[in-house]
Amino acid sequence: MITKRIVPCLDVKDGRVVKGIQFVELRDAGDPVELAKVYDEQGADELVFLDISASHEGRKTMVEVVQDVASQLAIPFTVGGGINSLEDMKRILRAGADKVSLNTAAVLNPELITIGADYFGTQCIVIAIDAKWDEALGSWRVYTHGGRQKTDREVISWAQEAVERGAGEILLTSMDRDGEKRGFDLALTKAISEAVSVPVIASGGAGEAQHFFEVFTEGLADAALAASIFHYKETSVSEVKNFLKARGVNMR
Amino acid sequence: MIGIVDYGMGNLFSVSKALERIGVPYIISDSAEELNETRGLILPGVGSFRDAMTLLKEKKLDEFLHAYVESGRPLLGICLGMQLLFQESEENGRTQGLGLLKGRVVRIPIDQDDRVKVPHMGWNQLTFHQESPVLHAVEEGFVYFVHSYYVDRMDKEALLASTVYSVEIPAVVGRDNVFGMQFHPEKSSRVGMQLLTNFVKAMEQSEAIL
Repeated sequence: MITKRIVPCLDVKDGRVVKGIQFVELRDAGDPVELAKVYDEQGADELVFLDISASHEGRKTMVEVVQDVASQLAIPFTVGGGINSLEDMKRILRAGADKVSLNTAAVLNPELITIGADYFGTQCIVIAIDAKWDEALGSWRVYTHGGRQKTDREVISWAQEAVERGAGEILLTSMDRDGEKRGFDLALTKAISEAVSVPVIASGGAGEAQHFFEVFTEGLADAALAASIFHYKETSVSEVKNFLKARGVNMR
Repeated sequence: MIGIVDYGMGNLFSVSKALERIGVPYIISDSAEELNETRGLILPGVGSFRDAMTLLKEKKLDEFLHAYVESGRPLLGICLGMQLLFQESEENGRTQGLGLLKGRVVRIPIDQDDRVKVPHMGWNQLTFHQESPVLHAVEEGFVYFVHSYYVDRMDKEALLASTVYSVEIPAVVGRDNVFGMQFHPEKSSRVGMQLLTNFVKAMEQSEAIL
């Protein structure tokens, strides 16, 4: 049986990991490759690098980061942030990433999903969705531009459209839960997981190992992403995996 | 020297980096002449079976691969590269494969009750069926799969390891000097690196003459 996946996420700006990261044993806590190695050793199943560089120069640096990670690690990784065209996808995938994740660019131009999937295969195309509950709509709404811009799109139908167009995976972030550490949005994750035929990575709200258990069982997630609880050593990937294994969740 | 067959399908970067970590020299080429200078070959590949066969034929690499295997030197197909070793695929209509191993490539059946999602993407566990130099000192651990099609009705004698995802999926196959891995050993952490190292060792010990 296929395992559930634990996916640490690293924010990278101008080639350096940002947001305080507390790995005191590291020579250089801002080096993406060193951090990636630590997570690999802890048993991370996959990694996500989110490029938050604002400049063209910063984006170019990301390609070097991708090459370094790919040459030193033997686990799959996804790169998101600032990918707006087939050319951008080519640059990142040819540098050694396994998947690219598209967010705003896919909402503005859904055809981009199809173009990417036709060129690289659906397994390379992750669609990242930032979702927030809309009381008036009675459902979740899609946000773009790093959560700053509300769109007309409803999350379930957008996820379905993305998959029809060739998305191989959905990276679903709950804006309501993000940073709260009260647990993943189980209702949202379950709704999307039931609505699409591709794996769903739940993101936003992880605060302790129990939250992962809930999102895999109740939330029906295939993978769960977290950043700060791993970075700040509130728990480790191996601790979470041991907790889940002990409760019968299939883990590597 | 090991050769990576570059026929235009998929990313060769990860495979070549994995070989660098093992410390084996390699070339990446689409030229039969250059690839013939090697002691072993890796046939990688991601994408559609039909496109891959078309490209191999255009470059006359299909004939070359047959001759290479006849010379006794080891060949390892990875992911789509493994599927190409078999007789035919039903992906986008029927397409003939290289026919180096018996079996056909079919789509993973979707079983709604079991919530099986296709592609089969993620870490799944190996079960070994027989001994082989490529499985030497490898644990029946987890490896990373990404695929929507699998090899059905293959020769049991060539099945070295399998996994289960809705159906039994051949994961490592091998007969004489032809090997295949459905998953990505170059992305499968320690287990994957051990499998690749074993293939390289098998190549180094192979008595086939250049």
